[in-house]
Amino acid sequence: MSVVAQPPAIELRGLARYFGERTALRDVSVSLPAGATLAVLGRNGAGKSTLLRILASLLRPHAGDVVVFGEPLPRRGFAVRGRLGLLSHEPLLYRELTGRENLEYHARLHRVALDRVQEVLVAVGMERRAGDPVRLLSRGMVQRLAVARAVLHAPALLLLDEPRANLDPAASALVEPLIGRASGCTRVLTSHDPAAALAEADLVLALKDGRPAFVGEPAQFTAAALAKLYA
Amino acid sequence: MRTALVLLRKDLRLEMRTWETLPAMVLFALVTMVIFHFALNQDAIDGQLAAGVLTVTVLFAAMLGINRLFVAEREQGGFDAFLLAPVDRSAMLLAKAAALFLFLVGLEVIAVPAFGLFLLGPSLGPPLPGLILVLVLADLGLAVIGTLVSAIAVQTRARDLIGPMLGLPLLVPALIATARAAGPLLAASHPAGAPPGRWLVILALYDLVFALLAYAVFDFLLED
Repeated sequence: MSVVAQPPAIELRGLARYFGERTALRDVSVSLPAGATLAVLGRNGAGKSTLLRILASLLRPHAGDVVVFGEPLPRRGFAVRGRLGLLSHEPLLYRELTGRENLEYHARLHRVALDRVQEVLVAVGMERRAGDPVRLLSRGMVQRLAVARAVLHAPALLLLDEPRANLDPAASALVEPLIGRASGCTRVLTSHDPAAALAEADLVLALKDGRPAFVGEPAQFTAAALAKLYA
Repeated sequence: MRTALVLLRKDLRLEMRTWETLPAMVLFALVTMVIFHFALNQDAIDGQLAAGVLTVTVLFAAMLGINRLFVAEREQGGFDAFLLAPVDRSAMLLAKAAALFLFLVGLEVIAVPAFGLFLLGPSLGPPLPGLILVLVLADLGLAVIGTLVSAIAVQTRARDLIGPMLGLPLLVPALIATARAAGPLLAASHPAGAPPGRWLVILALYDLVFALLAYAVFDFLLED
């Protein structure tokens, strides 16, 4: 995929975010075309999840510009919220509700027809356990429901924080059409499996202590640079 | 309004699955009445004392509901899910206040007859319509302020402490107005009169002011 010809879906310029005196992100600048995939790599605490939450308009940047689909965040967050799907560490599902009840709740919030709930349940292979409370499901099943929740409203931008966590290979293959490259969405993904993330990426942002250690195409990201990033 | 109904329905469904809030509020209120019964060392109370006991009991029981109002949102990602949806954020204020109001009504449906049976000297029947009016106004104030306080407290680590510390001082005027409005209704000598209009107006104004204030600031409470 060419990453040059299309208008940017995401534009970050000098992004910074702090938690008290701790720097979570600093001087992060990257431009991602629509339909492309950005892999965000880095050790635990490097700022990957913070970046995703800022893109989801759940966190405010403390400096710099964040523009998603041409809308500056957080000021115009309401204009992009319905167009993004977030798959984070938390499944964003109520444990006491069933999978179907959770998805119907999200469908109503996003003004999506309830028929779509059955569609995504089938797509993630959870239609038979959709009537069980989420607290009774295995982590893998909860993750599949979380995938269903994230794509329920057919978002144009997917923010994927360890999207295949707790998924076995079969389940991982099952959700591939929904959150993989085949989804056709613009994607920002983090992963603890750098090789898999690099294979999916059009662009790589490597973070070290919140600062960009590398921004560029995956082919330019050498094994030595990768080893240094995780050293 | 539609979004608020979606949220309210979800909250009521969660409560009916877990029964974590309403039974605790009811049990707390009943235990408090038993404590008052022995502490006051009286078989029956009436008038201002009765109104004070009832108001304080409802207020303290309400604090349990206030403390738990946003717990599922905080612990299970409900805030993030809601904030990611393209909806008006004040829908959450409306839904949570409505849920708390319904919990308070549920509490009073059990606690007020119990109060009439075990503590109140005069019959509860004649003053009941006036008392319902007073309690509805009090519940509206408790629901609005409780939602506001709960939304603040749940963002902190010491939410169980912040809720009462912030909520109780804010609710003192409502507590006074409720007790003063209910006092004459529960007097042995004046069992069937209407509640004093002045205190009802104060209570209604208090509800209105805090409803407007909550509407104005609630969006900011949900912000990072």
